[in-house]
Amino acid sequence: MLKIENLTAEIDGKTILNGLSLEVAAGEIHAIMGPNGAGKSTLSYVLGGRPGYEVTGGSVIFRGQDLLDMEPHERAASGLFLGFQYPVEIPGVSNVQFLREALNAQRKGRGEEPLSGGEFLKVAKEKAALLKLDMDMLKRNVNVGFSGGEKKRAEMVQMGILDPAFAVLDETDSGLDIDALRVVGDGINTIMRNSGKGVLLITHYQRLLDVVKPDKVSILSKGRIVKTGGPELALRLESEGYDAVMAEPA
Amino acid sequence: MTQDVAFPTRKDEAWRYSDTDALAGMDLGAFDRWQDIEVPAGETVRETLVISDENSDPDGVELRRLRVKIGKGARFELFGVIAGAQLGRVEVVLTLAEGAHFEMGGITVGGRSTVREFVTRVAHEEPNATSNQIVRSVHWGKGTGNFLGRIDVVRDAQKTDAAQSFKGLLLEKGASVNAVPQLEIFADDVKCEHGASVGQMDENARFYMAARGLSPEASRRLLVQAFIGDALVELDDEAEQERLLRIALDKLDKHL
Repeated sequence: MLKIENLTAEIDGKTILNGLSLEVAAGEIHAIMGPNGAGKSTLSYVLGGRPGYEVTGGSVIFRGQDLLDMEPHERAASGLFLGFQYPVEIPGVSNVQFLREALNAQRKGRGEEPLSGGEFLKVAKEKAALLKLDMDMLKRNVNVGFSGGEKKRAEMVQMGILDPAFAVLDETDSGLDIDALRVVGDGINTIMRNSGKGVLLITHYQRLLDVVKPDKVSILSKGRIVKTGGPELALRLESEGYDAVMAEPA
Repeated sequence: MTQDVAFPTRKDEAWRYSDTDALAGMDLGAFDRWQDIEVPAGETVRETLVISDENSDPDGVELRRLRVKIGKGARFELFGVIAGAQLGRVEVVLTLAEGAHFEMGGITVGGRSTVREFVTRVAHEEPNATSNQIVRSVHWGKGTGNFLGRIDVVRDAQKTDAAQSFKGLLLEKGASVNAVPQLEIFADDVKCEHGASVGQMDENARFYMAARGLSPEASRRLLVQAFIGDALVELDDEAEQERLLRIALDKLDKHL
C-alpha cells in the first residue's frame, strides 16, 4: 500500500532521512519507534509534503501513485491522513466548517458529490458517537483552547470523519493521560483496523501499542530503518532500551 | 477655475497614508459631498457601505463621507467593505450624546497600488456614551489599508467607554497597512482602549489544512474569512453578514 524506497530528505541543507526504506501492506499497522532525533517526525512531514522538507532522493509509492509528485492537499484526497504531534489552532474557523470543507474538497478530488450541511452533520454525529466523543467539541473553533488531550481526540474525530485509507500518526499518544490514551487507541482501532487500510504509527512508548497492537515494529535511527520485527520488538525496546537492541547484528 | 477649498495633501494628518495624487482629477464638489445622518434619541440606525468594482472606477476615487449625530441613548451601526477604487475611503465624523453607542465594523481588501481606508473622528460629547470600532485589512501586491481613528472625549463626558481594534493581514511582500489611533481625552473617568497588530498568513495552519485536503486557495479563503469576520460579529443580520463577507472574499479570489 505504501512503499518507501531509499528515501533521503533534508531540512535547511541538513540531511535527516538517509536512505529510508519501508513497506506497509494493506491491513497492516506498522509501528515506528526510535530515539529522539532519529527522523520520525521528519518522515511524517515528508510523507505529508510539508514545505521546507526537501526530498533529495528515493521514492514513495502510495496506492500505485508517486506520492512525492503530489501537492499536500492532493495527498489527502488520495487517502493519506497525517495525524499531527502538535495539532494547529485555527481561530475563527469551527471544526464543523473546517471538516466539511476538507471532506468536500477530498470528495471533489475523487470526483464525488459534495455533502450538504445536513448530510455532513449526520456523518459527524455518527463518527463522534462511535468514538464516544462529545459532539459539542465540533462546534468549537479548530483546536482553540483545547487541552493537549482534547487536541489528540479531535485528531481522531477528524480521522473518523475523513475516513482515510492510510494514516501516518506522529506521536499521537504524547501528552495523553491513561483514559485519553485508551480513547485515542480505540479510535485508531475502530477507524483504521481494516483489511483495506494501513497505519504508520510513530511512537516513543509501548503503552499505546498495548491498545493498538501493531503487526510490525520498525526501529528508525539516524534517518533509516535499522531493524524490523513483530510486536515483541517493541516490548524488548521498552525493557532493554534502544542501544542494546540496536547493537545486535541485524 | 479657482478653488476656494484645496485638495488635502499627505501633510494633512487625516490623509497621511492616503493616495492624494488620485484626487487630482476629481470634481471638488464631489469631494466635499457629505451625507448627514441624525439618529433620534433612543433609536437605532444601521448603515452598510460597500465600495466595490461594481460601483466604482478601479482607477478612480470613491469617497463616502458621513456626518453623524447620535442622540441620547441612541445607537448607530456602520458596517462597511472597501474593495474597490484606486482610492476608496470611508470617512466618518460623529458625535455621541449621553448614553449613545457607536458600533463600527470595517473591512478593507486590495492589491495593485490601491489605498483603502477608514478615517473616523468620534466625539464623546456627553457622559456614558460608548463606541466600538473594529477594522480588519487584507492586502497584497502594493496595496495599502489604513485605519485612522481619532477619539475626542470632552471634559464632561465621564464614564465614556471607547474601543478601537485594528488588525492587518499582508498576503504578499510589498503590501502595507497603517493604524493611527489618536486619543484626545479631557475627562478623567473614562475607558479608552486601542489595539493594533499586523501579521502574515499562518503557514502552519495552511499546511494543517492542506493535510486535511484543502487546496491552497481554499485554506487562504477560510483563514481570511475568519480574520475579517471579526469586523462583522456585531452585525445582527446573517444575510447581510454573508453578503459583505462574499464581496471581500470574491475580491481576493479574483486577484490572487
